[in-house]
Amino acid sequence: MGKGLIVSETVNEPHGEGAVDGEKRDFIFIATGAVAALGAASVAWPLVAQMGKAADTLAAGSIEIDLSAVEEGGQLKTLWRGKPVFVRHRTAEEIAQAENTDIANCPDPQTDAERLIPGPSGQVNPKYLVMIGVCTHFGCVPVGEAGDFDGWYCPCHGSHYDTSGRIRKGPAPKNMEIPPYEYLSDTVIKVG
Amino acid sequence: MAGHPSTYEPQYAATRWLDQRLPVIRMGADFMTFPSPRNLNYWWTFGGILSLCLVSQIITGIILAMHYVPHVDMAFDSVQRIRRDVPFGWLLQPMHAVGASMFFLAVYVHMFRGLYYGSYKAPRELLWILGCVIYLVMMATAFLGYTLPWGQMSFWGATVITGFFGAVPVVGESLQQWLLGGYSVDNATLNRFFALHYLLPFVIAGVVGLHIWALHHVGQNNPIGVTPKTKTDTLAFHPFYTVKDAFALCIFLLIFAYFIFYQPDALGHSDNYIPADPLKTPAHIVPEWYFLPFYAILRAVPDKLAGILLMFAAIVVLFVLPWLDTSKVRSMRFRPVARPFFFVFIFFCFILGWCGAGNPDDVAVPIGKGLTFKVLSQISTAYYFAYFLIILPILGMTEKAKERPVSITKSVLGDHAAAPAE
Repeated sequence: MGKGLIVSETVNEPHGEGAVDGEKRDFIFIATGAVAALGAASVAWPLVAQMGKAADTLAAGSIEIDLSAVEEGGQLKTLWRGKPVFVRHRTAEEIAQAENTDIANCPDPQTDAERLIPGPSGQVNPKYLVMIGVCTHFGCVPVGEAGDFDGWYCPCHGSHYDTSGRIRKGPAPKNMEIPPYEYLSDTVIKVG
Repeated sequence: MAGHPSTYEPQYAATRWLDQRLPVIRMGADFMTFPSPRNLNYWWTFGGILSLCLVSQIITGIILAMHYVPHVDMAFDSVQRIRRDVPFGWLLQPMHAVGASMFFLAVYVHMFRGLYYGSYKAPRELLWILGCVIYLVMMATAFLGYTLPWGQMSFWGATVITGFFGAVPVVGESLQQWLLGGYSVDNATLNRFFALHYLLPFVIAGVVGLHIWALHHVGQNNPIGVTPKTKTDTLAFHPFYTVKDAFALCIFLLIFAYFIFYQPDALGHSDNYIPADPLKTPAHIVPEWYFLPFYAILRAVPDKLAGILLMFAAIVVLFVLPWLDTSKVRSMRFRPVARPFFFVFIFFCFILGWCGAGNPDDVAVPIGKGLTFKVLSQISTAYYFAYFLIILPILGMTEKAKERPVSITKSVLGDHAAAPAE
């Protein structure tokens, strides 16, 4: 291998008689680069993915809510997956307001019935409005029985929601979200 | 200026030995003899002031991290404990919190200086862009740091700001939850914000290194914007500007000390003394004062995504400024038309800050039916963008500049310049 040393000193000299095969070198260069990039990406992925939701966060269970505890005209606020859930026991007047709205003029048209989930009887109960109490603008918690539509008003940037939790005025783009829930009995729901 | 000749001569065997192996003393010596324009005014002292701000924030920050607990149940109390129980915590915590405000105060003066004297023009485009990068990372660092005391404003500020990412089409929600590490701002969020708040100042320090490197490569701009040509146009950095910087620094520290010792909470919001409550939003969420103008731009448009894009555009426009301002004249002193537009620009920056603090639907100016903060912020936002996108590009082509002095020496000494300067 004594000769190898000499060769390494003259590495820029063309070997033997033929000139350097540029195409072959390019291929080796690109192939090596591609393998290295793939390797780097596969190592980078865990570094990025670790920031996602952890298993215990994902497993954050469902909650049960007893609707009968909420008086007419009252609202229950509870925390589900770190977000407030509103359970509003609406008055007859509020229900009428929610149902008699011309939704054609709403930024996010939805009828009141579409925002309720049917109970065991297959009928919706318009008395109880269950939704995630988070403004769809930047995630603030709207204040109840306020705003131009007697529903909710977001103090952060002035979004007005009606008695069905629909966005009616202001910068928020969507109605307040309805969480996945089901009626376990006539008065108990399970959220999540 | 590029490659000014080194005059350093090692005096001792040890320094000669070092100089041949790692010329760090030479680097420092060259820094001190760096030829600086002889006409720099006090607006040029903020670079030094900002360096001190960064060092102060890093030192006090590392100390605070020794006592702070990044957990939702303990973060708020641990900050209170620093202020009440930790030896000198009453001093060190406000030094860091007030320090953030002072840092931004200095950086805004530094940036307005650059805007007025055209310090972003060739050959200083990259120097300016590096400065914009520093400013951007500073804003990220300040936002992350403001979350850590876990008060009401911390929590809801973090909720609103991370909500920006939720507005990205299609992937918004996934992106937001990836940033938060959950469905909402929670312990996972606080932990990573703490880790990143610790990291970013060192990123800033790195970019500051590049910023100064670029500065020493192209040389400082100066109040008349005329490039130094002869030896009499410049002075050594030391002692001329070390002394000038030191004096300005003392004045700056007096203001800093006033806030630390007499008004440690004046620049913060009192709601941040209420522990974070995910069930209750404060009646009026406002960011720290240094973000108010951008907050006003965000709220100026009634559409969520458009508001966010406009807010980011307000910063992006600074990056491309060197190519938007078409005038060859650097200093506003010689731009009779652009100069008043610049002062109106500063005026509207303050108005934007005022609008950011106000409630959008409240009346700001009682004229006519009443000018609301929302309308006022729309007018100011329009001017902000018009200044960069319309006024500067057009004026560069139409404005007739005043006659500029032939040299810095001539502008300083007038007719005496004829006499030998030695």
